[in-house]
Amino acid sequence: MSFDLNFIGILIGAIMASSVPLILAASGELITERSGVLNLGVEGMMIIGAISGFALMVVTDNLFFAVVGSMLSGLIISLIFGLLTQSLLTNHVATGLALTIFGIGMSAMIGKNFVGIPGKEFPLLFLNLKESIPFLGPIFFGHTIILYFAFVLPFLTNYFLKKTKTGLIIRAVGDSPTSASNQGINVTLVRYCCILYGGAMCGLAGAYLSLIYTPQWIENMTGGRGWIALALVVFATWSPIKVLIGALIFGGITILQLHMQAVGLRIPVQLLSALPYIMTIIVLVVISRDSRKIKLNTPTSLGQIFYKEK
Amino acid sequence: MYKLFLRSLISVLFLLGFSLNANAEFKVGFVYVGPTGDHGWTYQHHEGRNAVEALGIKTTYVESVPEGADAERVIRQLAQSGHDLIFTTSFGYMDPTNKVAKDFPNVKFEHATGYKREHSNVSTYSARFYEGRTLLGHMAGKMTKTNTIGYIASFPIPEVIRGINAMTLAAQKVNPDIKTKIVWVFTWYDPGKESEAAQALIDQGADIIMQHTDSTAPVQVAEKAGVWSFGQASDMQRFAPKSILTSIIDDWAPYYVERSIAARDGTWKQQDTWHGLKEGMVAMAPYNSAMGSDLIKEVEQLQKDLASGKAHSFTGPIYDQKGNILVAEGSVADDGMLAGMNVYVKGVEGDIPQ
Repeated sequence: MSFDLNFIGILIGAIMASSVPLILAASGELITERSGVLNLGVEGMMIIGAISGFALMVVTDNLFFAVVGSMLSGLIISLIFGLLTQSLLTNHVATGLALTIFGIGMSAMIGKNFVGIPGKEFPLLFLNLKESIPFLGPIFFGHTIILYFAFVLPFLTNYFLKKTKTGLIIRAVGDSPTSASNQGINVTLVRYCCILYGGAMCGLAGAYLSLIYTPQWIENMTGGRGWIALALVVFATWSPIKVLIGALIFGGITILQLHMQAVGLRIPVQLLSALPYIMTIIVLVVISRDSRKIKLNTPTSLGQIFYKEK
Repeated sequence: MYKLFLRSLISVLFLLGFSLNANAEFKVGFVYVGPTGDHGWTYQHHEGRNAVEALGIKTTYVESVPEGADAERVIRQLAQSGHDLIFTTSFGYMDPTNKVAKDFPNVKFEHATGYKREHSNVSTYSARFYEGRTLLGHMAGKMTKTNTIGYIASFPIPEVIRGINAMTLAAQKVNPDIKTKIVWVFTWYDPGKESEAAQALIDQGADIIMQHTDSTAPVQVAEKAGVWSFGQASDMQRFAPKSILTSIIDDWAPYYVERSIAARDGTWKQQDTWHGLKEGMVAMAPYNSAMGSDLIKEVEQLQKDLASGKAHSFTGPIYDQKGNILVAEGSVADDGMLAGMNVYVKGVEGDIPQ
């Protein structure tokens, strides 16, 4: 491995790019879970976002429509989850799993006509700065707008949950829906909004994969990233900043272990492949040891069905 | 009471339909490891199925079947539902295929890339992909500027190791300074992982990307980064129009047609088939003109020689990584050695994962 600074810059840039879908999906799911709803359909919503984004790109030849459309389709598919769990009061876990299975099947069906079409170039910002500044250039410049958005999002989410009234309402609903309801908050409406927001973010995460990361439609292309995003939310103990850290560690070790292999380091490859999972869990567990804080952040009513007392 | 009656009526009708179906026309089943839209391995098997279907023979396929407990269930289901010939198209289906074959002696089974034929109704078939790899190695050795070839490998089985060795030997022949860097991804098909591996190899200085995985993601990454690449299993040219040099194409159609007709007409016999460039089971996509006409002529000549038997991918002397001789000077590796190949040749970096 060559250790010049520019190479390390390029490496960090690649790590950032690989963690974007995890950050987006996990940030969305985090809001959903903070309102007390456990939506295990992240993978399904992502894959629907991926195919919708790609299909719209092919049909309209417009990347803006593709990105917005992917968010809308993620939103629509999460509306199904909302209707079932909030209005028909079905079990969150079972409904979420069904949503994932439905999403994967549905996307494969829609995708049949879009297989084998090459993607379109997504514009990279500040490309000239990337090349002219060594080390820092490849880290901060030459990315897509969605990457910048993904890296600002956890901080916005943190601020939103902690400092705004709406954020407080969401947390109240997640911690004690009964008390919130008694205070005159429409619990069902708040949860609907959080579910839809989560769906839109998962849709965007999927579109990042099909429009930017591997610009094409391939069946099952999310490859389990939705599940990793779900796990990240839990291991980050529902803190947006820790979600960002976790996603970077996961992306970082995924990329680094490939480099270690390419250099021919004599470490068992199976161990290297397992490393991202192990390290992410260890680091997040270590940085979230404070049980008082965990208690503060954990939505107490997570996954429970809310019956409004009449 | 009435409900119970209705239910039993439905199940009787269902069973009747099943057994009628079972006695009906000749049917061929296919089990795929990936989706038919992978534009690689499974896509080519599916093309083979289409050729069988075009003869007017009825076919069924099941895609994205994992190489585990599910495989046996799917194969058994196909055998039970009246299929007369079943193609199982991935290495990991080897044991499930043989297990099901034991219970269905009247059904014929064809397993791709395996070596177990435990019952007289199981045949195996594979292609000499390594002949294609030899051609890729020749091109890679000539085209690289950094003398570094990046290789995305799937699982450490003889077929994959054979490919790595054949490519490296051919590249060394035209460029003694060549280095082969390998990344194992432990999957046949995960576009995200495959593109990360390709990017890592490029960042490590590889200016040629080669893959033994099934998606088109690596050639796209190569196109974006401006390095050369080779397609796998089917012609991936349209995914990397500028930078792809050629693709190894697996052409299963003639074999599938021949075996289906044989099974239908009752002339099917157990056999082990290993066809290559000569028979056309391995073919090459058009060569990229960016290589220059001289190199294309060289490669075409080598392709002819491999097909005619004048040249062989594993011609001695061949040494392993420690310098022990594997194939003596003047001789070529026999099929037994090729089929069980589990060591790297000299010049490949790293260890084979155990």
